[in-house]
Amino acid sequence: MSASEARSEAEPSEGQRASEARSEAEPSKERRRSEGRAGPLLTPELLANIGKRAPPDAQIVTRRDIRKYAIASGQTQRRYLGGDVAPPLFHVALFWPVVPRDELTTDGVGRDKLLPKFPLERAMAGGLDIEYHGEMRPGDEVVATRTLTNIYEKAGRSGPLIFYEIVMEVRRKSGELLVTEKTTRILR
Amino acid sequence: MSAPELATLRAGDALPERARGTDIVQSFFYNAALWNAHRIHYELEYATKAEGYAGLVVPGPLLGDWLGQCAEDWAGEGARLVKLSYSNRQAAMVGETLRVGGSVKAVDAAAGEVELELWVKNARGEVITPGAAHVRLAR
Repeated sequence: MSASEARSEAEPSEGQRASEARSEAEPSKERRRSEGRAGPLLTPELLANIGKRAPPDAQIVTRRDIRKYAIASGQTQRRYLGGDVAPPLFHVALFWPVVPRDELTTDGVGRDKLLPKFPLERAMAGGLDIEYHGEMRPGDEVVATRTLTNIYEKAGRSGPLIFYEIVMEVRRKSGELLVTEKTTRILR
Repeated sequence: MSAPELATLRAGDALPERARGTDIVQSFFYNAALWNAHRIHYELEYATKAEGYAGLVVPGPLLGDWLGQCAEDWAGEGARLVKLSYSNRQAAMVGETLRVGGSVKAVDAAAGEVELELWVKNARGEVITPGAAHVRLAR
């Protein structure tokens, strides 16, 4: 998996790295100290990407898309299977980038243009941290904005690690906030 | 299953566990719903030879979704999911049967909110996707 993989798919590249990822992924004082700080890997030029925003992505929620997502994710609740309301992680599907074939890398992944080219490329682990403020229903017009909010590096047991964070906000056209999602990815 | 009663909940109470089978049709539907063409999910030779996996990889966000379902199915339809977080720490291969469950971590009776610890475990009992949720129960 390349470092530049599209947004929120989060899979470690090798199982044996999992225990290391576990300890590295915990927020700590150590992490706070290292936020946004240049080191052997992260040059000031790379850190200058913190704060960069992707163009807003406007979408319309449809019953058909909710139903597809509900079936695909093995839902059992009728309100989701019938498409009356979007299940909690529906926004992951709604805002996954629609990438043309010629922009896919050989692994089948679309490059996330919000990310700079990092000196480490293997994704170790990743996760989402989501706050819900309101529901999405068929017909809703919603807009997602994504911001690269942090890049930092830490010494792992078997070498340096790069962390980055992307915050996505999903709002109604009126501005009402529906979802705040923070993605954290670790590269080795 | 009836919705949990806030007054009777205690930290440490277990949520109902559920076995989740994984198969290639589900993986197809999930990646199609996202428009995700990562070859580790559908091309066995690529997944094993190029990326070194033991098989086709179950999509990471699907495991996170199952944690949300675990919390919501337990809390009942009148409840509201306030927060959900998870971390994909270890991959699962298509064909594995996983277990999804969790427990009550804390109860805030005044706010009507319950904090949950959630997990997806593989057949070896390893937690491959830990997570957490806050739910506001119906009152």
